Amino acid sequence: MLRDPRMRQVISACITLGFAVGVFAVSFGVSAVSAGASVAQACAMSLLVFTGASQFSLVSVIGSGGTAASAFGGAALLAARNGVYGLAMAPHLEGSLGKRLVAAQLTIDESTAMAVAQDDPAHRRAAFWVTGMSVYLFWNVGTFIGAELGTAIDPTKYGLDAAFPAAFVAILFPVLKDRVARRAAITGAVVCLALIPFVPVGIPILAATVGVLFGIPAPDGDAAGRTA
Amino acid sequence: MSWTLVFVLAGTAYFFKVLGLVVVGDRTLPPMLSRCLALIPAALLAAIVVKDTFSVGRDLVIDARAAGVAAAALAAWRKVPLIGVIVIGAAVTAAVRVIG
Repeated sequence: MLRDPRMRQVISACITLGFAVGVFAVSFGVSAVSAGASVAQACAMSLLVFTGASQFSLVSVIGSGGTAASAFGGAALLAARNGVYGLAMAPHLEGSLGKRLVAAQLTIDESTAMAVAQDDPAHRRAAFWVTGMSVYLFWNVGTFIGAELGTAIDPTKYGLDAAFPAAFVAILFPVLKDRVARRAAITGAVVCLALIPFVPVGIPILAATVGVLFGIPAPDGDAAGRTA
Repeated sequence: MSWTLVFVLAGTAYFFKVLGLVVVGDRTLPPMLSRCLALIPAALLAAIVVKDTFSVGRDLVIDARAAGVAAAALAAWRKVPLIGVIVIGAAVTAAVRVIG
């Protein structure tokens, strides 16, 4: 399998991505402990929840004083997108139930993105598994390092409180490719900002999901298109 | 933070993963629902960015983070890798705090 040069390229790209995500995990570890999680809780989240945006969203809301319910709501909505990735990956990941249950835990932004970028079914499967496992490894090691660091330093001194939205900006950009996604994002941002002074912490994030309603009208050029 | 919250979120996250990959499998969702679900990251990530940049609790503020996140956005737009974007965001924020 490794004699195939394209396969080697795919695998090394997937491992590199895992390492990059590990650096992101360090900032998650720092954020989690500064939001009041223990090192063990930060590590347990990365091991068990294993979906970065949800973990970040949870500690962000808790850290700014939101209730557990509102923190959970936003994190759960973000976790729902992994269900959509699962739908996209299902035709490519046949196998025993046990194998698919393991694959499910690895179904995240990165593994899905790397897999769907491949044309060949074998490359696609390899990209999914290698990315999933490499991200899982680096994500957990990075979280532990960050959580240990976070208890030892003042995060604001190094601007680490901004590492958080900075990372989200980086994740957000590729998502904004089409016009509908940009409308959803702008609506989400405006609704969130407008509500912050008036409702409990965490609620503005949940309310921002009204932006997804831009998905209701069928895309332009669809003959059977409905209008909003 | 409570352990209950950690475990409930872990269960929920795994539930969604299994639901998509194992339970629903390659059956298709109504197209309208798929389109709306696909927009969740755009709407939520944008909201989280503005919240973490412009608020402290329930107060709207403009502080060093705004400069850091603006620099990070510029870096992301210029296709700087994720690590670079994070480092730029943090470094600019820290620098503005020192100057301010």
